[in-house]
Amino acid sequence: MITMERNVKNIQPSGAARIRYAFTDVWVLSKRELLHWGGNPWGIMIGWLFPVMMLLMFGYLFGGAMAVPGGGSYFEFLMPGMFAMTMFFGVESTVMAVTTDASKGVTDRFRSMPIHASAVLLGRCMVDMLNSVIGLLVLIVTGLLLGWGWHEGADHALGAFGLLLLLRFSLLWVGIFVGLHATNPHNVSMVQLLVWPVGFLSNVFVDTTTMPAWLGAIAEFNPLSATSTAARELFGNPGLRGESWMSEHALLLAVGWPVLLLAIFLPLAVRSYRRLNR
Amino acid sequence: MGAHAYAIQARNVKKHYGRTKEGPGLNGLTLNVPAGSIFGLLGPNGAGKTTAVKILTTLLRMDEGSATVAGYDVSKEGHLVRSRIGLAGQYAAVDEQLTGYQNLEMFGRLNRLPKGQARRRAEELLTQFDLTEAAGRAVGKYSGGMRRRLDLAASLIVSPDVLFVDEPTTGLDPLARQEVWGAIRSLKEAGTTVLLTTQYLEEADQLADLVSILKDGRVIREGTPEALKSSFGGDRLEVTLLRQEEVVKAERILRGIGGAFVLVDNAANRISVPVTDRTGSLLKAASAFADSGLEPEDIVLRRPTLDEVFIHFTGQNGVSNKEESR
Repeated sequence: MITMERNVKNIQPSGAARIRYAFTDVWVLSKRELLHWGGNPWGIMIGWLFPVMMLLMFGYLFGGAMAVPGGGSYFEFLMPGMFAMTMFFGVESTVMAVTTDASKGVTDRFRSMPIHASAVLLGRCMVDMLNSVIGLLVLIVTGLLLGWGWHEGADHALGAFGLLLLLRFSLLWVGIFVGLHATNPHNVSMVQLLVWPVGFLSNVFVDTTTMPAWLGAIAEFNPLSATSTAARELFGNPGLRGESWMSEHALLLAVGWPVLLLAIFLPLAVRSYRRLNR
Repeated sequence: MGAHAYAIQARNVKKHYGRTKEGPGLNGLTLNVPAGSIFGLLGPNGAGKTTAVKILTTLLRMDEGSATVAGYDVSKEGHLVRSRIGLAGQYAAVDEQLTGYQNLEMFGRLNRLPKGQARRRAEELLTQFDLTEAAGRAVGKYSGGMRRRLDLAASLIVSPDVLFVDEPTTGLDPLARQEVWGAIRSLKEAGTTVLLTTQYLEEADQLADLVSILKDGRVIREGTPEALKSSFGGDRLEVTLLRQEEVVKAERILRGIGGAFVLVDNAANRISVPVTDRTGSLLKAASAFADSGLEPEDIVLRRPTLDEVFIHFTGQNGVSNKEESR
């Protein structure tokens, strides 16, 4: 015999209760994602170690053949770019998680419950940001061990990390939006393929002045380039040429691009969640 | 509840999908589901059952019409509806990466149960749905039956006024099906209104107090399973033959005895016809078979099944097939 539990859901909670519920919901949904990590620890760790592998590949396999225009160590040039690239790669895991939930019907279960849309999306956000912070720390420690460093003081360095996480935060909402529209995990592999050309078409690995002019101009336009350049500036790492408007205003763009992405994709993501089936 | 005679009312609900999203639409769905009943929404694939459930559970917005669930307007009071319903079935899933226990605890917390109570309730439901042994395993490793039971348990953490169960036993073995049916019956006893969608007629026959048959997004017949069967015209005379070659000959004989709606099951060498005169037609059939030298394996009189009603109304009713192939 199945016993019933009295429905304790307060149909019209007061403002204070509503906020308390919202916090509980965000916490419970974040915990859910952390439990996923526990269920797939290797997958999570590979996500953190992948950028380290990329760093070693580009730093040591290709690094010898690379010259930084204007002089300086390629490894020092590469590190800020790899940070930005890591933030960018995080989008894949966001898209994959969002699409999986939507296609399996977990999202619909949440949507049929009296939970606010923002609680579900914020839970996703918190955990993905935590994931990225850890990934960033792993890469920072690796970089420091291999001789990279910042030269403009800790405050500037913190500013740079702040800009990197801001980029991740804005891309997260792009990821949620794309994930809600990808409808099944197979489509996500297309997103994963696209991540590579978009990531490489930037100044992450090479200075844009070494590219054909038109391609270099497109690469300069990439939000990744803005954040990389801004981070290079704040860390005091080489590679600053200041030849184009874009690179002269890298700091401004490293804030502007994410804010623009947020302004577009945050409302779109919330709307897509609410109207998932419509 | 009590204040509302109907737990679910839908008035002329219409839904048309655009070019980008596909799915069967609704062409003026009207439903009246009495509070405390089990209501079966029947229909072939593509009739709009799932679309109807998604609209009534606020997952999907209707284009036209109106609907109330548990006394609240689906379009205007979505959050109130959501706090009074449970949704189980193929489209609202539990988290495969979590264990059964973790799932129930999580949904308990999201249903506003305090931590201790959520844990106690999770354990209680795992016991009641016979999932205690699997409680610590990831749901991805569950069998189909176990998953459906967990899914039902998750929608019953706090008792919903109205429970929507979308194709609860699709793909289950007969034993698991019985278990799920038992769970749904005890829900009704506890006072929950259950709306059940299914393509299995037997399921509706077993469980439902009332049935609506859906085709091309609207209700084409409704009533109790018994009334639907009677409306289809009395009893059926059913003959099973030993050999495939005899089927055609037997069919000719039976067409002379019974009514027009003849069903031939070639795989089972079985033919059935509607009859009005029970004993008379049985005698006629027996002597006709004796004269023709055919020896049927079995001749029985029986009530029509809901399957036959269904084939009759959805197949022969002639609501154009053009719409289906669109």
